[in-house]
Amino acid sequence: MFSRRDFLTASVALTTILGPGMQGRWSQVAAQQTLTEEDLLAAEDFGNVTLLHITDIHAQVKPLYFREPSVNLGVGEAQGLPPHVTGADFLKMFNLTPGSPDAYALTSVDFASLAKAYGRMGGLDRVATIVKRVRSERGDKTLFLDGGDTWQGSYTANATAGGDMVEVMHALGVDAMTAHWEFTYGTDRVNEIVESLQFPLLASNIYDAEWNEPAFKAYEIFERGGVKIAVIGQAFPYTPIANPRWMIPNWSFGIREDEVVKNVAAARAEGAELIVLLSHNGFDVDRKLARRVEGIDVILTGHTHDALPEPVMVGKSMLIASGSNGKFVSRLDLNVAGGAIKGYRYRLIPVFSDVITPDPEVAALIERLRAPYEDELKRELGRTDSLLYRRGNFNGTFDDLICQALLAERDAEIALSPGFRWGTSLLPGQAITVEDLHNACAMTYPEAYRSTMSGQLVKDILEDVADNLFNPDPYYQQGGDMVRVGGMGYRIDPLQSIGSRISEMTLLATGEAVDPARDYVVAGWASVNEGTEGPPVWDVVEAHLQKNPNVHVEENLSVKLAG
Amino acid sequence: MQVTRRQALGLSAGAVALVAFGPGLNAARADAAATDKSLMEFTGGKAPATGRITLNAPEIAENGNTVPISVSVESDMTDASYVESVVVLAEGNPNPSVATFHFTPMSGEASATTRMRLAGTQNVIAIAKMNDGSVFMDKKLVKVTIGGCGG
Repeated sequence: MFSRRDFLTASVALTTILGPGMQGRWSQVAAQQTLTEEDLLAAEDFGNVTLLHITDIHAQVKPLYFREPSVNLGVGEAQGLPPHVTGADFLKMFNLTPGSPDAYALTSVDFASLAKAYGRMGGLDRVATIVKRVRSERGDKTLFLDGGDTWQGSYTANATAGGDMVEVMHALGVDAMTAHWEFTYGTDRVNEIVESLQFPLLASNIYDAEWNEPAFKAYEIFERGGVKIAVIGQAFPYTPIANPRWMIPNWSFGIREDEVVKNVAAARAEGAELIVLLSHNGFDVDRKLARRVEGIDVILTGHTHDALPEPVMVGKSMLIASGSNGKFVSRLDLNVAGGAIKGYRYRLIPVFSDVITPDPEVAALIERLRAPYEDELKRELGRTDSLLYRRGNFNGTFDDLICQALLAERDAEIALSPGFRWGTSLLPGQAITVEDLHNACAMTYPEAYRSTMSGQLVKDILEDVADNLFNPDPYYQQGGDMVRVGGMGYRIDPLQSIGSRISEMTLLATGEAVDPARDYVVAGWASVNEGTEGPPVWDVVEAHLQKNPNVHVEENLSVKLAG
Repeated sequence: MQVTRRQALGLSAGAVALVAFGPGLNAARADAAATDKSLMEFTGGKAPATGRITLNAPEIAENGNTVPISVSVESDMTDASYVESVVVLAEGNPNPSVATFHFTPMSGEASATTRMRLAGTQNVIAIAKMNDGSVFMDKKLVKVTIGGCGG
């Protein structure tokens, strides 16, 4: 079993040489229970480059609750390694005090009660305050990078096809981005935005499918603090598989490790002294890539929504995990000399919305962008007395609610809801508004289908998704979590291989075993297939809430984990 | 509406899974035998070594009906030392032979690109035969899946 000691030996070797990082101070402040903006943002003037990183914002411009996962299993070489450490184990590994602000920000432990104590996190007006302060202190040493999944995930982003987020990112002054869900607006819209974007959308791994030529700029060289920094973009490699390919038929993705190798060499040849991979690969994919590809100094990871308070070192590459939904901003101060990192200071800045002052300019912009939709956004659909959340490998209570709605409104025996990692949390006692519901399902292919499937097909689906999550080789993983199932229970053994992970499929209504040969009525949403028919899933959930406005979700015990 | 496997699943379905169990097992064995036979025919019974040949294929196919692959072989491509031919086999296809590329020293370099159809998740194998009779192999597992919910 992996211990914190092993982890520290590997990860903080540099720190040992260079003196302590900043993480210790945060814990002290937390212990005193007196968090100030100064505590969160003050930093010594170190080195000649400051990288700021946000990723997986999912169009969340306002402060929110987001519960980190309580289950996030790693398989193969990632077993027991960060980010596959949760709850009390996470607190122990990173030496965090239970009940402290950092424990609230980084884990699911006591989430609902701590959320009431520490309040909402995120808000891009608060992020703006952080970015502006760093720029005022560090001037031309600052490079601000966005790891993608920025334009999708809210009512207003859907209504403006990502337009509101582009305006906010321009106001924040992002220097470069890469992408994933951005592509679900389709080729034309992506091209339209990219043409007017004031910073590059970088992706070394997207090719024109017809001509086999790079479709986007692979990297950009920035000069910051006198250092030439190459930022290589890496879009989500499996976008045309995990999301509708028909929306972007001419773009081919993939990990394309050899392209990364070529671009690292090309950037070095152009004089780059620091190589940064702005990645939407997912953490485990990046960990493998870092081991196989020489010469990357920093990987700013994304996609898998992990928040880690310390960098993970893989050889000479430093992996940073900046969380999601605007909960955190990563600040990495680097001393770069002679084409190498000589020292660093890292801080995962938690964006406590009640501690960090909103930037008035960006706050006003956000209000202006939301104004046309404000009445609809705050319309109440119901109230929950349970904590509603999504993140976790096997189920989330918000998904349980969606599955209940699909079963009832679409008159189905089994409901399937995709294991997305985005979607905000609601505390017990909170109203469920249109905005909250859309935070859980805003997308461009929301049709809730109703169809019949054999028991065997349902098993095949579960096996296939489980392999995308638990294949021991990270290059064969797609990220995301296990598909959520309503009306049916099953047992899963993640350590088996495809075809052998799922067993004991049981119809919950009757307790009967699912018959491979029988047809079942199945309802679901977010099909990647063109021409899927059905009402948008938010209409299905709204109709269900109209009839059942008081939401109570029991603990979901229908998925049994082997071992 | 007519429901296809792909339609069924905002999720990810399993062309893969179909190959992975049930009757698929027998089919897979038969294909492996056919692949071995094709391989041995090409090499003249010689077991190929690793190295020199590089097969590039996606880890997960975006579309199993048209999977892009490329092969390249390190060689001087001179009269004294050159790559004669490269064969590409798909272990899990009903007919494993996908393509054979022939080269001469005039080719300058031994590399080729093509697209292939894959019936399911399987190993794709590329074997190069040199003018001195030596043979080299590279192999890559290509997963065929229908769609997923990464995010």
